[in-house]
Amino acid sequence: MPELRFEAAEVRVESPDLDGERTILGATTLTLTEQRIGIIGSNGSGKSTLARMINGLITPTSGRVNVDGLDVARRGAEVRRRVGFTFTDPAAQLVMPTCVEDVELSLRRTVKDRVRRKQVALETLARFGLAERAEVSVHALSGGQRQLLALAGVLATEPDVLVTDEPTTLLDLRNTRMVGELLFSLPQQLVLVTHDLDLVRRCDRVLVVEDGQVCYDGEADAAVEHYVRTVSEP
Amino acid sequence: MTVGLYRAGDTVLHRLPVGVKLFGLAVLSVAIVAVRGPLLAAGFLALAVALALIGRLDLPSTARALRAVLVIAFVVALLQWWLFTFDRAVESLLDLVSLALLALTLTVTTPTTETLDAVVRWIRPLQRFGLDPERVALTIAMAIQALPGTLALAQETRDAARARGLGRSPRAYLTPFVIRVVARAHETGDALKARGLGD
Amino acid sequence: MTESPTSTDETPTTRSPRLDATDLALVAAFAALIAVCSYLAAIPMGGAGVPLTLQGFALLLTGALLGPLRGTAAVALYFVLGIAGLPVFAGHAAGPGVFVGVTAGYLWSFPLMVLAVGLLVKYVLRGRRTNPVLVFAACVVGVVINHVGGIIGMAVVLHVGLLEAAAFDAPYWIGDFIKAAVAAVVASQVHRAFPKLLARRA
Ligand SMILES: Nc1ncnc2c1ncn2[C@@H]1O[C@H](COP(=O)(O)OP(=O)(O)O)[C@@H](O)[C@H]1O
Ligand SMILES: [Mg+2]
Repeated sequence: MPELRFEAAEVRVESPDLDGERTILGATTLTLTEQRIGIIGSNGSGKSTLARMINGLITPTSGRVNVDGLDVARRGAEVRRRVGFTFTDPAAQLVMPTCVEDVELSLRRTVKDRVRRKQVALETLARFGLAERAEVSVHALSGGQRQLLALAGVLATEPDVLVTDEPTTLLDLRNTRMVGELLFSLPQQLVLVTHDLDLVRRCDRVLVVEDGQVCYDGEADAAVEHYVRTVSEP
Repeated sequence: MTVGLYRAGDTVLHRLPVGVKLFGLAVLSVAIVAVRGPLLAAGFLALAVALALIGRLDLPSTARALRAVLVIAFVVALLQWWLFTFDRAVESLLDLVSLALLALTLTVTTPTTETLDAVVRWIRPLQRFGLDPERVALTIAMAIQALPGTLALAQETRDAARARGLGRSPRAYLTPFVIRVVARAHETGDALKARGLGD
Repeated sequence: MTESPTSTDETPTTRSPRLDATDLALVAAFAALIAVCSYLAAIPMGGAGVPLTLQGFALLLTGALLGPLRGTAAVALYFVLGIAGLPVFAGHAAGPGVFVGVTAGYLWSFPLMVLAVGLLVKYVLRGRRTNPVLVFAACVVGVVINHVGGIIGMAVVLHVGLLEAAAFDAPYWIGDFIKAAVAAVVASQVHRAFPKLLARRA
């Protein structure tokens, strides 16, 4: 598995009201090599910030984040070729009018030949059970299908790591299960930010984030227990 | 909203390249406006009707598409009659109908994708000024994709404002609507970057 | 509102004026916004229930929020969609017809109008762009450009004098001032929500 290494990585943003800086993720040092890594924590605790750093969408204000030795801040383009990322709201990340075109867009860099590209895109859609929907507008899809399409668009490029930020938060039970099954059947390394405690129990290692700090790091059941305990305490 | 007025067919006009058609429209439009007199205006209308027939425009949908233009043209003609002469009223009525009919003929005989592809092709020479055709094509596709979503967003925010009893005030829904449009664009930008398409 | 920071805001890259992915997404989003606001035929606004299309509002907003470069690009993209036959022009019109009709002058003035509003808000107002009164002043300049364009267009197409054309155009000023006011209020609030929207390179 690839090695995701955080070295005292910290994220601060300018804060207009405090006329200074606000730390949204305190200095974090971690080395992640497990196949399935879960991230849980309250809303606004810093989960997305942590996840986005792996893909270089956010670069640390100080410290460093490396993916297999590649510095995310300096070699962002290369890192993004290895690390796929999906967002909570698939509507925001699907950019092309039809399903197949959206997957083709992802493949533009890796498959130069147009005909071949469409073929690969159709094969990818078929793997995700979206074969009949290939020429359909992305707006005609159900929420679950949209999330699947977003995943298909990212996985089509065969990244080594998939980071996915609350992929099931907007989905119903059936679609949550479907997306969950898919995520845990992937051969790739998976970083899963989620509020679904059932899903996160299947991870090999779980980080609990609170107030911009990783406050627990360890085995899944214990992490969930820790999280539930911090929430119940006044 | 993404369905245009295009009708499939294989007439001469359907087969003509879109660039030629746009150029032709421009030349004819300038001629129609520049040439004076009701008789010549009638001649141009005859030409426009002939082209519409060649392109096999059907009457009902043509009438529907031109309804709004016809209303304006009549109002303008009446105004001209009142202010100036009957001849000028006739001339501007005929001119406006010809202009609209010619443009409609182009629209009906040209698939949307063909025009968009042509635009991307025409941009190619501008590459050295930093206009990348691939990125232009991507932006066009994103805009088309955003149409139904933006319409839905407008309706959603309006309903939300109504549900909160904020009903009629435009501020109550326009600001949240635009904020959501901007927020979604930021997310889309991030998603593009995450897919390695922004580098 | 987004609850997460975007990378470009944190890493100030001043090397090239090239639009990044977020800029492209904003251009596409505002082209769609102009289209939708023109498409939603008429929305009764205010107590009087005067029906207004929101097209002018969307254009002023595009200039005030995206600035000159990205704003003009959004208008150009909107034109491309319309010329290609999508029903994005006022009254569900599509195709190049609107570029040659009576109201063509208004349409031709859109890029200039957005450019002017964008330049004013970005370079003259700068930090004061959260002040709705000042943004309104910038939008009024846009409205004037739009009307001048419309008047010239009517004078050419209808072969009338500028004064007569101005008389045809006169009834639309009030509505457009209202739209400018609404655009100014909305733009100033959006600038407060996204303080870095105009600080981007483009
Ligand atoms: N651009 C930004 N500017 C200032 N604060 C931000 C920005 N983006 C996020 N934050 C703050 O950072 C914190 C962590 O956000 P995030 O990582 O999105 O949390 P989570 O994903 O756990 O809900 C939140 O308090 C949020 O308000
Ligand atoms: Mg989050």
